Amino acid sequence: MWEATKLTLKLAFITTLLLLILGTPIAWWLARSKSFIKEIIGTLVALPLVLPPTVLGLYLLLLLSPQGNFGSWLSEVFGSPFPFSFKGLVVGSVIYSLPFVVQPIRNSFEAIGEHSLEAAASLRASPFDVFFSVALPLARPGILTGSVLGFAHTVGEFGVILMLGGNIPGETKVLSVAIYDYVESLQWQKAHALAGGMIGFSFCVILATTLIERHWRKKSNE
Amino acid sequence: MSRFEAEFKGRLGNFEVDVLFTLPQTGITALFGPSGSGKTTILRCIAGLTRLEGNLVVDGKSWQNSSNFLPTHRRPIGYVFQDANLFPHLSVRGNLEYGLRRIQNTQKTKLWEEITEMLGLEALLDREPSKLSGGEKQRVAIARALLSAPEILLMDEPLSALDPFSRMEILPYLQRLHLDLKVPIVYVSHDLHEVEQLADWMILLKKGHVIAQGSISELLANPQLPLARLPEAAVILEGAMQNFDSKYCLSKISVNGGSLTLSQNLGVVGSRHRLRILAREVGIAKSWQDGDASFLNVLSAIIVDIQPFGEQQATVFLCLGKQANGDVLLARITRKSCDVLQLKEGDEVKALIKSVGLVGVPTVDQAG
Repeated sequence: MWEATKLTLKLAFITTLLLLILGTPIAWWLARSKSFIKEIIGTLVALPLVLPPTVLGLYLLLLLSPQGNFGSWLSEVFGSPFPFSFKGLVVGSVIYSLPFVVQPIRNSFEAIGEHSLEAAASLRASPFDVFFSVALPLARPGILTGSVLGFAHTVGEFGVILMLGGNIPGETKVLSVAIYDYVESLQWQKAHALAGGMIGFSFCVILATTLIERHWRKKSNE
Repeated sequence: MSRFEAEFKGRLGNFEVDVLFTLPQTGITALFGPSGSGKTTILRCIAGLTRLEGNLVVDGKSWQNSSNFLPTHRRPIGYVFQDANLFPHLSVRGNLEYGLRRIQNTQKTKLWEEITEMLGLEALLDREPSKLSGGEKQRVAIARALLSAPEILLMDEPLSALDPFSRMEILPYLQRLHLDLKVPIVYVSHDLHEVEQLADWMILLKKGHVIAQGSISELLANPQLPLARLPEAAVILEGAMQNFDSKYCLSKISVNGGSLTLSQNLGVVGSRHRLRILAREVGIAKSWQDGDASFLNVLSAIIVDIQPFGEQQATVFLCLGKQANGDVLLARITRKSCDVLQLKEGDEVKALIKSVGLVGVPTVDQAG
C-alpha cells in the first residue's frame, strides 16, 4: 500500500515538473502566436480531454514499443524499453495531463494583454526578459492552477497506466491500479483506505488552491 | 538640421497614414488632432510598437529604414501610456527600478534621486500600484519612463484617463518636466487647452496626414488652419515682464507690438511668460480714448483677415502694432458688429481684451 502511494507521488511530481517546463512555452506560444497552425497545435494538446484513456494508451503502447522504429531508438537511447516501466508512465502521464496544465496557463497569459508587455519593452526589456520578468509573474494564478490540476489528474490516472504500464509493484503499480486490484481480490478494507485517502487528498488540494488564488486576487485588487 | 526626422506611410486596417515631420532638439511637441487622426499610431511607430513602412532617424542613427527595424527595447525612448500601465506585480519601487536596472548608466543614484524628487514620489515608494490614485499612478508612470534615461519621451494622452482634480495635480509636474528635461517630448492630445498650456510646437494631424507643423503660437493664429475656427479658439503670446505696479498689484508684460497688464505679480523684471487670450474675450473698437471704459488692455492693431464663424459671428484676425508686425490676436465678435463698425482688412482698430490668462510656466529658450 505504502509502495503504491510513494510511486504515485513520485510519478505525479515528475510529471508536473516536466509539464511545467514543457507546457509553459507551449501555452505562451498558443497565447501569443497569430498563425493558423496554433489552432491545430491547440487542438492536438486538447485531445486527451476527450479521448478515452484506453485509446491514448493503445497508441502510446504501439509508438513506444521496442518493435517499432521510434520505440527501439528510444529504448537504445535510454537503455531499456518504455512500455511496462516507470519511464513509460511518465511519458503517458505527461501527454495525458498536458491540456490540464496548458489551458489555465494559456488563459493567464492571454489575460495579461499587450499593455504590460509593451510597457516592459519600452523600458528596454528584450522579449526573453519580458517573458521572465513580467509574463511569468503575472501568470502565477494560471501556473498554480495548472500545476495542481496536472498533479491531481496524474494521481487519479488509471486507463493509460493500465494500458501502458500494467501492474508491476514498485514500477508501475500506482494507487488507482492498486485500488482496482484490491477490489478485484475483494480486499475491501484496503480499497477503502486508499480510495478514502484519495478523496481527502483531492479535497484538500482543490480547497488549498482556491484559497491561495483568492488571496492573490484580493491582494491585486486591493 | 533637426536631430529627429520621421516619415511613416502605410495602412492599418482601412486607416491610411502618410506623415513626414521633424522634431526640435528640446521642448514639447504636441501631436494634435481629432480622434481618428492617427496621433497614437504615429507615437507607437516612433516607439516601434506599431510597424509601418518608413524612415526614422534620431541623432544621426537610423531606427527604421527600408531594410532595418530597431525593436522597441533597443530604442532609447520613454513611453507614458494613457492608462499608466504599471506592473501590478511590482511595488512602486519595483516599477521604477524596472527600467533603471536595464540601462547602462554610471549615475543611477543621482538619476533616481532627481526623478523621484521631481515627481514627488518619496512617500509612495513602498505602495502597491493598486493602492494609488489615478494621478499618483500617472506620476509613477512618468518617473518610470524617465528612469530609463530616454533620449526622447513619448506621452500618449497622459491626462485623458484622469478626473479634473487629478489633472490639476499632474499639470504642474508636466510643466516642470518641460523646464528641467533636456530631451524632446512628444505629447499626444486632443485637448487644445492642455496643448496650449504645455506645448511649444505642434504637429497638426487630420486623417493620418500632417496638415501643419510649427510653433504653437503660429499655428493657433494661422487663418489657413482649422484651429482658429474652433469655438475655443485662442492665441498664445510670449512676453517679458516689464514692471510691477505694487499699488494695484498689476504686472505689465511686453509682447510683440504692445504690452498687456495682468492682475497678479509675475516676479522679476525680464522673466518670460506665456499668455493665453481667448478669441471670445477680445472685442474691437474703431476709436478709443484713454479713460473711457474699464478695460485695462487696449491695444492698437490692424485687421489682417475676417472669417465668418457660424450664422451670427465672425473671427477677426488682428495684428498688433501700428505697422502690423506684432503678434496676432483673434477676436470673436458678432457679424452685426462687424457690419455696424464696417470692419475690413487693413483697418486700424483697437483690440479690447477682457481677460488675459497665464498658462504654463516661465518659458525657457526655445531655439530649436
